[in-house]
Amino acid sequence: MNKSKYYLGAIAALALLFVGCQQGANNSGKGALSSSAAEKVYVAPGEQDEYYAFLSGGYSGNLTVYGLPSGRMFKEIPVFSQFPTSGYGYSEETKPMLNTSFGFIPWDDAHHPDISQTNGELDGRWIFINGNNTPRIARISLSTFETEEIIEIPNSAGNHSSSFITENTEYVVAGTRFSVPVPQRDMPINEYKSNFKGALSFLSVDPEHGHMDLKFQLLMPGFNYDLSHPGRGKSHGWFFFTTYNTEEANSLMEVNSSQNDKDFIAAINWKMIEEYVNNGGGTKMPTNYAHNIYDEATHTGTTTMKKEVLTVDPLDVPGAVFFLPTPKSPHGCDVDPSGQYIIGNGKLSADLTVHSFDKMIAAINDKKFDGEAYGIPILKFEDVLAGTVKSGGLGPLHTEFDGKGNAYTTFFISSEVVKWELETWEVIDRKPTYYSVGHLMIPGGNSRKPFGKYVVAMNKITKDRYLPTGPEMEHSAQIYDISGEKMELIYDFPTHGEPHYAAGCPAELLAANSKKIYRLDENKHPYAVPNPADARVERKGNEVHIYMSTIRSHFTPDNIEGVKVGDKVYFHITNHEQDFDVPHGFSMIGQNTSELLIMPGQTKTSIWEPKKVGVWPFYCTDFCSALHQEMQGYVRVSPASSNIELSWSLGDD
Amino acid sequence: MKKASLIMMIGPLFLLGLYVFPLWTIMLGAPQYPDPLGIYIHIDGIRDVNEFDIQNIDGLNHYIGMKKLPKPEEMWEFSTFPIVIGAMIGLGVLIGLLGFLKKVDYKWFIGWFVLMSVLGILGMYDFNAWMVDYGTNLDPNAIMKLANPDGTPMSYKPPLLGSTKMLNFDVQSLPATGAWMMFIGMMLTLFASFIGWKHRNAISANNTIIYNQL
Repeated sequence: MNKSKYYLGAIAALALLFVGCQQGANNSGKGALSSSAAEKVYVAPGEQDEYYAFLSGGYSGNLTVYGLPSGRMFKEIPVFSQFPTSGYGYSEETKPMLNTSFGFIPWDDAHHPDISQTNGELDGRWIFINGNNTPRIARISLSTFETEEIIEIPNSAGNHSSSFITENTEYVVAGTRFSVPVPQRDMPINEYKSNFKGALSFLSVDPEHGHMDLKFQLLMPGFNYDLSHPGRGKSHGWFFFTTYNTEEANSLMEVNSSQNDKDFIAAINWKMIEEYVNNGGGTKMPTNYAHNIYDEATHTGTTTMKKEVLTVDPLDVPGAVFFLPTPKSPHGCDVDPSGQYIIGNGKLSADLTVHSFDKMIAAINDKKFDGEAYGIPILKFEDVLAGTVKSGGLGPLHTEFDGKGNAYTTFFISSEVVKWELETWEVIDRKPTYYSVGHLMIPGGNSRKPFGKYVVAMNKITKDRYLPTGPEMEHSAQIYDISGEKMELIYDFPTHGEPHYAAGCPAELLAANSKKIYRLDENKHPYAVPNPADARVERKGNEVHIYMSTIRSHFTPDNIEGVKVGDKVYFHITNHEQDFDVPHGFSMIGQNTSELLIMPGQTKTSIWEPKKVGVWPFYCTDFCSALHQEMQGYVRVSPASSNIELSWSLGDD
Repeated sequence: MKKASLIMMIGPLFLLGLYVFPLWTIMLGAPQYPDPLGIYIHIDGIRDVNEFDIQNIDGLNHYIGMKKLPKPEEMWEFSTFPIVIGAMIGLGVLIGLLGFLKKVDYKWFIGWFVLMSVLGILGMYDFNAWMVDYGTNLDPNAIMKLANPDGTPMSYKPPLLGSTKMLNFDVQSLPATGAWMMFIGMMLTLFASFIGWKHRNAISANNTIIYNQL
């Protein structure tokens, strides 16, 4: 009887505990919290977001523009991939943007956007992003939100530790993930060790136009250079790269390059190397790479093939390159806003390693080395270590900062974001992500001045977060409010492609500078029609050039005769609108290319090679006006043997 | 009379503002034009509020068969008005000066005010007549020929003053800085006339004293 009393008591206590737990869950879970989260992300109709967020598109090859905190997508900027929506990579003007030393490549894998800086703060002039597969760096204007420049990186492969910029945008840096023979040559793969090289490229950025120039390439030992970040503040002038596969394995890498207990963070004093190069140092090596520049005045891209690159052997610049031992194949390499701490996110461990810049300089000055690798001094782990964050998570990848002394690290394996404090190395908070987070982004997080209000976590696995759409789904991102002591998950939104890193900035930095139209009176396109009276058709052999203009709601001319089967017809179309958000489209039946979308004041060119005799219509694809459906025309195509003269007209003229 | 004459000399100078600032402004807002299109009417021509507004207004108006907004050389008013205003400023300052030198009295001030008012009303009448023509003299081949509920062709005359709804546009027509400066200037001349009138006896009394002394 006594026993059963105890049992009853125990059951009652358990029941109380359950009720208590459930109440707790209700309080901190759905109810009140989710309504306040809704208020935090709600941007009312007609109102605008507080921040821009630029998410890389990964294998879409593009860059997407979102608003924070709403998670609404504003634009997909075509960068490395053909984009039939606008005709990017299809129009004659933009095809050169995708030229490489391998020819025209319609795609790439875009990873790490970074916004230009002045004095370590975001200045909103340009955003840079890397193409991973066929190594390239692109520069995108933040007034037109269009790709203006793409430069190929020779001697590189898997352009992953890119495209991070120094604090005055002196350089955009591109590091190779895969080491390769430099120069490329026919050799056995298993002779990788000590024969392959890892090229770290420093591209100078013209402060006026942003034009990039491959200033020098540092040829490092054949490790994998995974990620990088610039020093800032006191460490300005240095660049830090994480490495893995210091084993120099060339097969079954998942095992063979995970054997060393510690790999390295490579610390590069680029100012010292710059000085060496400016004084005539380095070796010129013949090579071949494409440099593509889009000119806003001519609305046209051009390709220049470059034939030479200046290479630097790190051993020729003593004191410029050091290795910092860092545990377990570190992935992300992040530098705090003060420039003092360099964080190695050891992806195969639970802990984060934080190196001290001051300690590193002291160790270098005292020449306290722990051996060398291919002649490059290795510093002692203990001498440079500032602290270790015992996170309790698994698989740390990337760290961002809020500018208030806190750091936020993603953990891929344990699928969470962990907030910890710099200098005490104590964990403050942790929140789950859905699921398996890669990068995270705080606007301005890669600068001296982060805007620590939101963090966006970009996940690799989506599963059940949204309504199912078959086996293939968009990725998923989460927004957390980080203005308080604890992080608060406030929103989930799907993302396009596979975002890796992202960059963000306050809306007011860009919104006022965003162009509304291109000025027609500044249009320098060689085939532009400055006035509808200049619209005409010209024949050069079998090439037919149609100089066409558009305005609501007609093409000038809209009836064209005298085109023959076998001709190559160029439609050079100038949009005469000078009104915000009035593009015109163009498409021609049977054309083996995409449409064009032509912005006000812009000229674009599309090729059509008519194969069949007949009268073929073309039309405007953008619902431009109430008379959009009437915005059409005809081209008469006659047999190749025909002698019908070219003629063109609009209306009765 | 000295004070009144000084005010009379200053008042017409406010009309100089018409050479810099617009006389009138007409703004056109619509759902798809959250930043409204607009024109400034100056004494020497019509100008954009924001660059390309005239081009865009003309572009939209062609659907309903309206003529393009006139260029300065297409209307005699834009070459005549600056001359008339200039002459009136010169005349006003001269009258003030003569008043200061006691050659003329306050009645001339009133005379200038009345003349300027008559010219102003004529100008408004002319402006309104142009707007009637602009809004009703439509291309018979217009893309959209709209009719009022009673079957008469819809007209698009902007209001002379105030706002009205015209198809999808809210049209607002208001005096601008130039007109306000003209108004202030004219009020000053009226004020000068008033002071002149108020002190007319004092002046004649003074004059009597002076004459007596002579």
